[in-house]
Amino acid sequence: MIINGVLIDHTFAEAFPMKATRVIITAQTERWAYNAAKSMTGFATSVIGCGCEADIERYLKPSETPDGRPGVSAMLFTMGAKSLVKQLETRAGQSVLTSPTSALFSGIDGGIRIPLGKNLRYFGDGFQTSKLINDNRYWRIPVMDGEFLVEETTGQVNAIGGGNLLILAESEIDALEACEKAVLEMRKVPNVILPFPGGVVRSGSKVGSKYPALTASTNDAFCPTLKGITKSELSPEIESVMEIVIDGLTEADIKKAMRVGIETFCSIGAYNGVKRISAGNYGGKLGPYHFHLQEIMND
Amino acid sequence: MTDLTLTMKYRPNQRVDMSPITCDKLAGLELADIAAIELQNGKRKLRVDELFSISGSDAWNIHIDNSFAKLDYIGHGLEGGKIRVTGDVGAYLAMEMRSGEVTVSGDAGIYAACQMKNGLLHVIGNVGDFLAGALSGNKKGLQGGTVIISGNAGDRVGDHMRRGMIMIEGNAGDYCGARMTAGTIAVMGETGRNIGYGMRRGTLLLWQQPKVPATFGDCGTHTFSFLPMLFDAMSKFDSKFSDSSKHFNRVHRYGGDIAEMGRGEILVQVENA
Repeated sequence: MIINGVLIDHTFAEAFPMKATRVIITAQTERWAYNAAKSMTGFATSVIGCGCEADIERYLKPSETPDGRPGVSAMLFTMGAKSLVKQLETRAGQSVLTSPTSALFSGIDGGIRIPLGKNLRYFGDGFQTSKLINDNRYWRIPVMDGEFLVEETTGQVNAIGGGNLLILAESEIDALEACEKAVLEMRKVPNVILPFPGGVVRSGSKVGSKYPALTASTNDAFCPTLKGITKSELSPEIESVMEIVIDGLTEADIKKAMRVGIETFCSIGAYNGVKRISAGNYGGKLGPYHFHLQEIMND
Repeated sequence: MTDLTLTMKYRPNQRVDMSPITCDKLAGLELADIAAIELQNGKRKLRVDELFSISGSDAWNIHIDNSFAKLDYIGHGLEGGKIRVTGDVGAYLAMEMRSGEVTVSGDAGIYAACQMKNGLLHVIGNVGDFLAGALSGNKKGLQGGTVIISGNAGDRVGDHMRRGMIMIEGNAGDYCGARMTAGTIAVMGETGRNIGYGMRRGTLLLWQQPKVPATFGDCGTHTFSFLPMLFDAMSKFDSKFSDSSKHFNRVHRYGGDIAEMGRGEILVQVENA
């Protein structure tokens, strides 16, 4: 399939089941809600090394938040329920509880309820109090700037991680600019996050390594500097490849984000250096979710 | 189906125990069966049809018409459905109610919402002492649900209250929130002496400055982000509490009762916040 001169590979992105949650962080100003959310979702690009994948989902208007203040919604994804609980509590405790004027609420219903403020409350050293409002329990923890308000639990749902797009471009700057535009559009899609820095990853990996201690290593088939010395996937004119990884709550959400991404790349076109779109997979052996690029565009 | 309506024929001299008349107990009964139910009246028992004329058939929506202040235990242990009362009621209104709604157009006696567990009670008039309290010797007053009083409440509102919300549009008497364990009591009007006496936890939210007992510490003036959420929850009910012009998030906080556990609070609206 070719759109605007951009070749879309007959391949698929292979994705995995994950556990996810969403939280809403509010603060006196949008800036301080962002500061807390940015810190909470920091160092969370990949479960391989970070324990979870997390990112800000979107900004929320005061009318969209429980306490009527500006806010941010953030999502966390992990491979298992236990690690989600641990990551959430650690990050909420170190990054949101500590952030001036912040409050923290559940951002997702349904599924299993997992602790949000349930254990953080003990920071209050006995001075914490709870309020049951509309059948939801909130903890009021006294802190130096006033009070940290946190909902007792949030929802844990089944989700999908590892949706991805590879963009193959004539130059590094062409790839980067195309990715920036695609990320901007893809982040408008609800229920998905792009966990890597700026939404883009340049070090796509393959499973395994020549070094036994490593579970993943550089995806040499897509490294342009190895074109002549490895079994490369790249044609001669490709000088740079970048990847956008997508975690989402459902298959439909990931498909939607991938379609938006592909459409953006294609709108830039081959004339501006975007030559090809591909996706990362492991032959279909590892992940049960297969997002076929051409099928997504034909839907 | 029309509401099952019990219209009082006359007012007996002795008090009447209305606890057999709840939606869940009457559901599925024929009118003849309902008519034959016996109600304790002083030392004797009266059939329902001796006291009331009966019409309608929907037992999940009961209307008690022409009620007066000697009908006790209306809505006792109610589990679902609605009871609407036109007139005054006696003591123990909605006692131990588990779910459903009870609305009274007039006044209620002592121990309204006593040991209530859930549901909604709305009294348009005034209520007597021990609103949402515990029976003498018991340790748990209101344990959940919402109580709205459009008039005034007597002494010892929320005595031993453990959970839930009481919203009083008028005044509350002495010992409001005494021995309270948790929950919220909001009073728009004046409050009496010894507010929060023996309070362990919970919130007394006040629109008027009370006479704060010496066993409460002044914690200063603060803005609380949970208050807009609390007012939002109050706004879903038909009362003055849904008027956003009466909402605020800046309050003066008094913590206590320090003679007890001391984790309770009296929050008083700060004017012109």
